[in-house]
Amino acid sequence: MTVESTAARKPRRSAGTKSTAGKRTTAKNAPGTDPELVQLLTPEGERLKNPENAAYDKYVADITPDELRGLYRDMVLTRRFDAEATSLQRQGELGLWASLLGQEAAQIGSGRATREDDYVFPTYREHGVAWCRGVDPANLLGMFRGVNNGGWDPNGNNFHLYTIVIGSQTLHATGYAMGIAKDGADSAVIAYFGDGASSQGDVAESFTFSAVYNAPVVFFCQNNQWAISEPTEKQTRVPLYQRAQGYGFPGVRVDGNDVLACLAVTKWALERARNGEGPTLVEAYTYRMGAHTTSDDPTKYRADEERESWEAKDPILRLRRYLEASNHADEGFFAELEAESEALGKRVREAVRAMPDPDHFAIFENVYADGHALVDEERAQFAAYQASFTDEGGH
Amino acid sequence: MAEAVTFKNMALAKAINESLRRALDSDPKVLIMGEDVGKLGGVFRVTDGLQKDFGESRVIDTPLAESGIVGTAIGLALRGYRPVVEIQFDGFVFPAYDQIVTQLAKMHARSLGKVKLPVVVRIPYGGGIGAVEHHSESPEALFAHVAGLKVVSPSNASDGYWMMQQAIQSDDPVIFFEPKRRYWDKAEVNTEAIPGPLHKAQVVREGTDLTLVAYGPMVKLCQEVADAAAEEGKSLEVLDLRSVSPLDFDSIQTSVEKTRRLVVVHEAPVFLGSGAEIAARITERCFYHLEAPVLRVGGYHAPYPPARLEEEYLPGLDRVLDAVDRALAY
Ligand SMILES: Cc1ncc(C[n+]2csc(CCOP(=O)(O)OP(=O)(O)O)c2C)c(N)n1
Repeated sequence: MTVESTAARKPRRSAGTKSTAGKRTTAKNAPGTDPELVQLLTPEGERLKNPENAAYDKYVADITPDELRGLYRDMVLTRRFDAEATSLQRQGELGLWASLLGQEAAQIGSGRATREDDYVFPTYREHGVAWCRGVDPANLLGMFRGVNNGGWDPNGNNFHLYTIVIGSQTLHATGYAMGIAKDGADSAVIAYFGDGASSQGDVAESFTFSAVYNAPVVFFCQNNQWAISEPTEKQTRVPLYQRAQGYGFPGVRVDGNDVLACLAVTKWALERARNGEGPTLVEAYTYRMGAHTTSDDPTKYRADEERESWEAKDPILRLRRYLEASNHADEGFFAELEAESEALGKRVREAVRAMPDPDHFAIFENVYADGHALVDEERAQFAAYQASFTDEGGH
Repeated sequence: MAEAVTFKNMALAKAINESLRRALDSDPKVLIMGEDVGKLGGVFRVTDGLQKDFGESRVIDTPLAESGIVGTAIGLALRGYRPVVEIQFDGFVFPAYDQIVTQLAKMHARSLGKVKLPVVVRIPYGGGIGAVEHHSESPEALFAHVAGLKVVSPSNASDGYWMMQQAIQSDDPVIFFEPKRRYWDKAEVNTEAIPGPLHKAQVVREGTDLTLVAYGPMVKLCQEVADAAAEEGKSLEVLDLRSVSPLDFDSIQTSVEKTRRLVVVHEAPVFLGSGAEIAARITERCFYHLEAPVLRVGGYHAPYPPARLEEEYLPGLDRVLDAVDRALAY
């Protein structure tokens, strides 16, 4: 699919494709040239069925009301957790927080598409995916509090550690997937990254490797429109999902605020991987509603109206409308969930406050798997130095 | 009548900003490039307001690709521009390390001197701000080890201003390490002064009993150490190296011949760090003057730890004083 052919396409009813020029310097797409976007639920909560989404629709065609409520619950609890972390940062309990606000559907939809034996390589904002993988949310907070640089066993839930260097993990994911293929296993890998990260050489190299080795990996790019202060136009002049074509694998753009569409498209891509059909690039078109991190000040670079226009496409509200309209959830469900959210917030708050500072000697722990003479020497010097204070302290 | 001099009280970040502004203003070939350097003014606001005043063709928000940033800066320099690129944080320079080490550093030699690469790579570096992983490292030795690169680090606003001017004017690539935890420290900057040479160390405090050598973020600490030692009747000389490559061994030698004792302080790991080079060379040059072995204080042979352990990891007042006491005890 070329840019020209996209331009010729009729605009279709979809969320998230309207270019809100805001403070941007370059327009993304002229009106009416938005590329196609897989969508199953409109912002108004209507279930869409059309020929364009039929190929994906079958992956959620038999979804039960119970599962739908489950997706809703995941998104609500993830948002609650995220809000709690943001306020814990404000209260000085965390040094930094990278909020996922607005990206719940992209993360829950894709996260719930994974199978237990699949492996996930996140960046630093995949709190919702972590939730789907069964990682205790409190564990995600250690690195943001400054007590560790990771904090969980990646093999515990097949959810790798957060990666801060932009794009690095896409290569790890590809290599892991190459290993799966070598083993003849039928699990798959999913790698998360942002629209900004798509510019990194590592990401391009991971596309190359995965294509050449037909690796069972799904590249899940959350295009939340911004890389700190830089809009997507500063990373690419063609829609990101179209990049895949040049590497020889399919790319698809999905409405990232539509949890059903994200679930369906990711299931499709994972199935391709399992069937030996190689990599897929999924671009979830979504929006970062908050700041990049708690250190960022988005008022310096983007207009308020932009956020407001995306609030109308809120992923949680959308599913709620659908659940209500289809009578799949009643007041009792929402009330119960509200209480559960509060309890989660409280639990996370308490867990963070109870998180002890690391032992000073942790500096020297795990530097090498086999040990190292210099580390031993420095640890001993450190111990002697610490002891000299205790002695002087005099009791 | 003496000429009017312009003294300003400025924070280091602001001084670098004013220096970049002056360079953009006086030479149309100077460019600023990096992630978020435009509207946001950089994550530390060092390029604040520059895009507004000089436009998007002079102050360029780049894609998120460090290899791309340095690689294209090399091409722009080959075309006669003088790019000043920003790497957002120390730990993110490594995607560009290949371009810096295999290309930027060696192209002048490779071209038998025909090609000049006046590229400045600005890197906010060092710890002490409670950041997450990769935001607090001191990789200066990794660059100083590479021939063809110059590596400098100002410790105060005045040097920030003037060393940036000199780095931009240099026809060699300069890796410009900015001590991020000193960005907000203010000092007088004389914007009309004629600065000393870029690679000359400076005695920032005279003393007779021992020389403390530091650069960048550790200079202020060493001054505090000297204050504390003075209360105990010890007279410490503090030398701000300003440049890690080339290293001003002559100034260190002069000081050590006077004080006869040397302690080198840096945040980077001690093992194979710049202090190791200083200790070796000064031992060679001043063997008969030294009353004690050259001691080093710095980071451990361990990854930079999470924020809640950085106080233990970073050289602080007590650790440096401890080394001073040990040197004086010989
Ligand atoms: C190699 C590297 N360069 C720079 C940074 C600093 N940085 C952290 S997040 C970020 C923006 C990332 O944007 P994007 O990839 O779109 O992901 P998002 O944060 O929007 O989810 C930058 C520049 C980094 N972490 N790593």
